[in-house]
Amino acid sequence: MIDAFARVPALAAQHLLLAMAALALALLIALPLGVRAARAPRLAGVVLGTASLIQTIPSLALLALFYPVLLWVSSLVGGGVPALGFLPALLALTLYALLPIVRNLVTGFAALDPAVLEAADGIGMTPEQKLARVEAPLVLPIAMAGVRTAAVWTIGAATLSTTVGQPSLGDLIFAGLQTQAWALVIAGCVSSAALALGVDALLGLAERAAGRRQWRRVAAAGGVLLAATALASVPLWPRGGHDRTVTVGAKNFSEQYILARLIGDRLTRAGYTVRYRDGLGSAVAFGAVAGGDIDVYVDYAGTIWGAEMKRQDVVPRAQQLRAVAEWTRATHGVTLLGALGFENAYAFAMRGADARARGIATLDDLVPAAPRLALGADLEFLDRAEWAAIRRAYPLRFASTTPYSPTFMYRALESGRADVISAFSSDGRIAADGLTVLRDPKGAIPGYDAIVLIAPRRQGDTRFRAALAPLVGRIPVAAMRAANYRVDRDRDKQTPEAAAQWLAARVGLSSEE
Amino acid sequence: MPEQSPGPAVSFAGVTKRYGDGAAVDGVTLDIAGGSFVALVGTSGSGKSTLLKTVNRLVVPDAGRVAIDGRDVADEPPARLRRRIGYVFQNVGLFPHLSVGDNIAMPLVLAGRRDPARVAAMLDLVELPRAFAGRMPAELSGGQRQRVGVARALAAEARLLLMDEPFGALDPVTREALAGAIRRLHADLSLTTIMVTHDMAEALLNATRVLVMQAGRIVADAAPAAMLAGEAGDAADALVAVPRAQAERLTAMTR
Repeated sequence: MIDAFARVPALAAQHLLLAMAALALALLIALPLGVRAARAPRLAGVVLGTASLIQTIPSLALLALFYPVLLWVSSLVGGGVPALGFLPALLALTLYALLPIVRNLVTGFAALDPAVLEAADGIGMTPEQKLARVEAPLVLPIAMAGVRTAAVWTIGAATLSTTVGQPSLGDLIFAGLQTQAWALVIAGCVSSAALALGVDALLGLAERAAGRRQWRRVAAAGGVLLAATALASVPLWPRGGHDRTVTVGAKNFSEQYILARLIGDRLTRAGYTVRYRDGLGSAVAFGAVAGGDIDVYVDYAGTIWGAEMKRQDVVPRAQQLRAVAEWTRATHGVTLLGALGFENAYAFAMRGADARARGIATLDDLVPAAPRLALGADLEFLDRAEWAAIRRAYPLRFASTTPYSPTFMYRALESGRADVISAFSSDGRIAADGLTVLRDPKGAIPGYDAIVLIAPRRQGDTRFRAALAPLVGRIPVAAMRAANYRVDRDRDKQTPEAAAQWLAARVGLSSEE
Repeated sequence: MPEQSPGPAVSFAGVTKRYGDGAAVDGVTLDIAGGSFVALVGTSGSGKSTLLKTVNRLVVPDAGRVAIDGRDVADEPPARLRRRIGYVFQNVGLFPHLSVGDNIAMPLVLAGRRDPARVAAMLDLVELPRAFAGRMPAELSGGQRQRVGVARALAAEARLLLMDEPFGALDPVTREALAGAIRRLHADLSLTTIMVTHDMAEALLNATRVLVMQAGRIVADAAPAAMLAGEAGDAADALVAVPRAQAERLTAMTR
């Protein structure tokens, strides 16, 4: 538990900075918008309707949507707009924070006593004087309540910014959920809640002080908040030796966390300062390395083949690797350093006893049995080209298909809620749970060699490449499965860091240098 | 109190204001002499409030012109015009976030003046203790609030006082006391006062000239005595009949 909290301060700082920046930007937009909407009922309808509509978009989706939008904007202006990291998180959270602020402004103005406004006009106030001397002080308490709501929402939703590559307390939550390390989840949730409560309390203090016109207290509360935010931004200030700081990316599952630490450890020993961007969505990871948001990460040949190159044909693994390397370099300047030596391919798996009882050993055997079986798939599998390719080769029709997050997919298989799952060939639970992996006699499943991809700016960094070169071809699938299992198993779980050290020792990479 | 020149004259020429199909004010032409205390009487919907508000441009007429001492009220920015006109209305509209003193001082602040002595003088004028300056509006009774409203309206030395049902929300005792205070203020400061009321007795007892409005037009115009004498026409007689009958019944009871 103490280990889990060790990462909190750095992440909490980033988290606070992001949330406060979004809140400030939202205020900048919402204040004039809200005041104007309060005077024009039709505008208020449009603004509140739009803000409510934005609110109905799940925050995870809203964050993810900014990735293609910013890519498009970037291409319009000739590049340079980051589609990952701080910017998309900031924009999505800002949109989220707009509604409570604008709504409370409009409500606050609507609740003003008409007699007070008539008196303000009657004694000869100009519209500006009326706003400053009468409307603003009277609307302030309600407006502040909106700002506090927005602050709490923003801090909560900022945990999701992990998925677009912006470090936040969500890093702990996502990593913890994937590896079932509940201490990490608790650390992330508790810290994020504490941050929200703290900011809310400060804003509440400012609100009450403003109500009593104690401006020094308002300034003090605001000052504390500003100072905390400024302090949070310190690690982000540019320093000398920036080139020595590298960012290692990881998608959101155990193997990725382990491999990122394995890579990070080697880079640390080579003299680099290493940061991690954990929990990247599969769709954004390649964009992150191409855009230089991360310096290196591990992807899978089949993922690039299908999702990026839009290829649906299946070719031999070596040929596929060459084609992927050629394509990433030519189109994005991304270097494929090499394959690690194992595959993390889609593999249909069944409970061992069940498969034997039904006499199913291959995908061909599965076809006639499928209508009586339930398929549990990972979240993206059913939409992927691989699934379509497999169905072209094997006309599979299941009684039901249900998407699960990877961890729960195995649970579903174990508990009988699913009979067949779209497992991953390097998963430690295959051996540990005694699962049967169905063979693919028609070769319909494309190769999924784990490959190390390097950002364009590291292409000529020989020290960087030299530090990672020993990994190429070094990790057999059995070693990867075992390392994954150390993190995924229910009892005596290890952290990805520990599993990475274990893996390095197992493949003979830890004692050199 | 030294002799002052009387408050400004107010004139209406063909003033018309329409809402939808109907005319709230229908071509009113009228001259009000400086220093007079005029009551505008009528049932609700007769257009009396609308007509009053054309003077300080809280209502902008569709046609016609309103002038104060011969100067068209549309000739200057409304905020500037209103700073010279005291405006008191039924709901008072004290600023709830400001103390009584700050409420009274607001017209002075708008005029760029800081004059704490003036706030105390205004409290004296409306017969409230000076210590009230530190209270908040929520701590006052309805009558006290309306007194503060009057003090605020006159703080910047307005010479024209517009009142829209100023006693409407008050109990009869408070109403009578406040009406007395207003009469004294009107006389002492030589104001021109225009008061809208639906209460004919109130009009007769306070004003020097009573105007009766009906469907946007002035249908009677007379001094209170003439109106009581039945010289102002049927519409006025109908309104006068109610308080007269009440007074007669009260008198009969004492016999």
